[in-house]
Amino acid sequence: MDRKKQYLQGVRDGVPIGLGYFAVSFSLGIIAKNVGLTPVQAAVMSLLNNASAGEYMGLTVMAANGTLWGMALAMLITNARYLLMSCAMSQRMDPDMPFYHRLLMAFDITDELFGITIARPGYLSPWYMYGGMTPSIPGWMIGTALGALAGSVLPLRVVSALSVALYGMFIAIFIPPARKDRVIAALVALAFASSWGLSVLPATAALSEGTRTIILTVALSAGAAALFPRKEETE
Amino acid sequence: MRIYAYILVMAGVSYLIRALPVTIFRKPIKSPFIRSFLYYVPYVTLAVMTFPAILRATQSPLSGAAALVVGVAAAWLGADLFKTAVSCCVVVFILELFVG
Repeated sequence: MDRKKQYLQGVRDGVPIGLGYFAVSFSLGIIAKNVGLTPVQAAVMSLLNNASAGEYMGLTVMAANGTLWGMALAMLITNARYLLMSCAMSQRMDPDMPFYHRLLMAFDITDELFGITIARPGYLSPWYMYGGMTPSIPGWMIGTALGALAGSVLPLRVVSALSVALYGMFIAIFIPPARKDRVIAALVALAFASSWGLSVLPATAALSEGTRTIILTVALSAGAAALFPRKEETE
Repeated sequence: MRIYAYILVMAGVSYLIRALPVTIFRKPIKSPFIRSFLYYVPYVTLAVMTFPAILRATQSPLSGAAALVVGVAAAWLGADLFKTAVSCCVVVFILELFVG
């Protein structure tokens, strides 16, 4: 299949993703504004990061006035899943594919773009992925900027309703696998309970939200990996 | 400028995580523990970030809790990302007409 055809198919599959990103990033923009970012800063953050959970975590680190090392660690944990996706993609790339394609494709490895790209047969087409990125990147960036702008314009009740879109996106990522896999279902329940527990216990409530997230993520995931190692890759 | 320093660190680390496996380390990860750990991490981290934070995102904790229940139910029944997110927003909007 030629480049143009691959690219256009990517655009077609990327449009619904871009629309979803627009809605969700709007609520990220509202949070960014509350943390003190300008709409331009919020847009730059989204353009360069393309990560819902990662950006949300980054904003909690900023809100807590964390160190830059703390920020780096927070990103390493919240975006660790992209390492796994990138590994899976590397197995499906033509060994002769130029290096610059690898560098460009890596820029926008997200849950959704990884999902549509890896689902295609044969060697991964960089042009298909670029097609998917074409509506997705602006959707995510513009949504964040508008959220940061509108946060102060819209009525409080509308802002309140839009604020949960980001959590809706998180839920839509962890519930489908929890339905299929009891270990994940139990982990989600345990994560909810312990996250609540640490937020009320006097000893840990003083820690920032980002720090608590890192501690719980590493502890629960390591525990699950030790007790319930995955038999083989099911990506 | 502090905010741009944060943003640059965020972008740099996120890009390295995504780019290193497809460029430098092209070999699959062998260790079952590390593979399992990386497999579980996204679900745990997203769940930890969702609760109890969703209760504080809205005007009233009650509507946040309702959004959580409806979002879980929608995703369980097969709604995609967009539909799940929208149903959470709609529940909060309707409930907060009455409470909070």
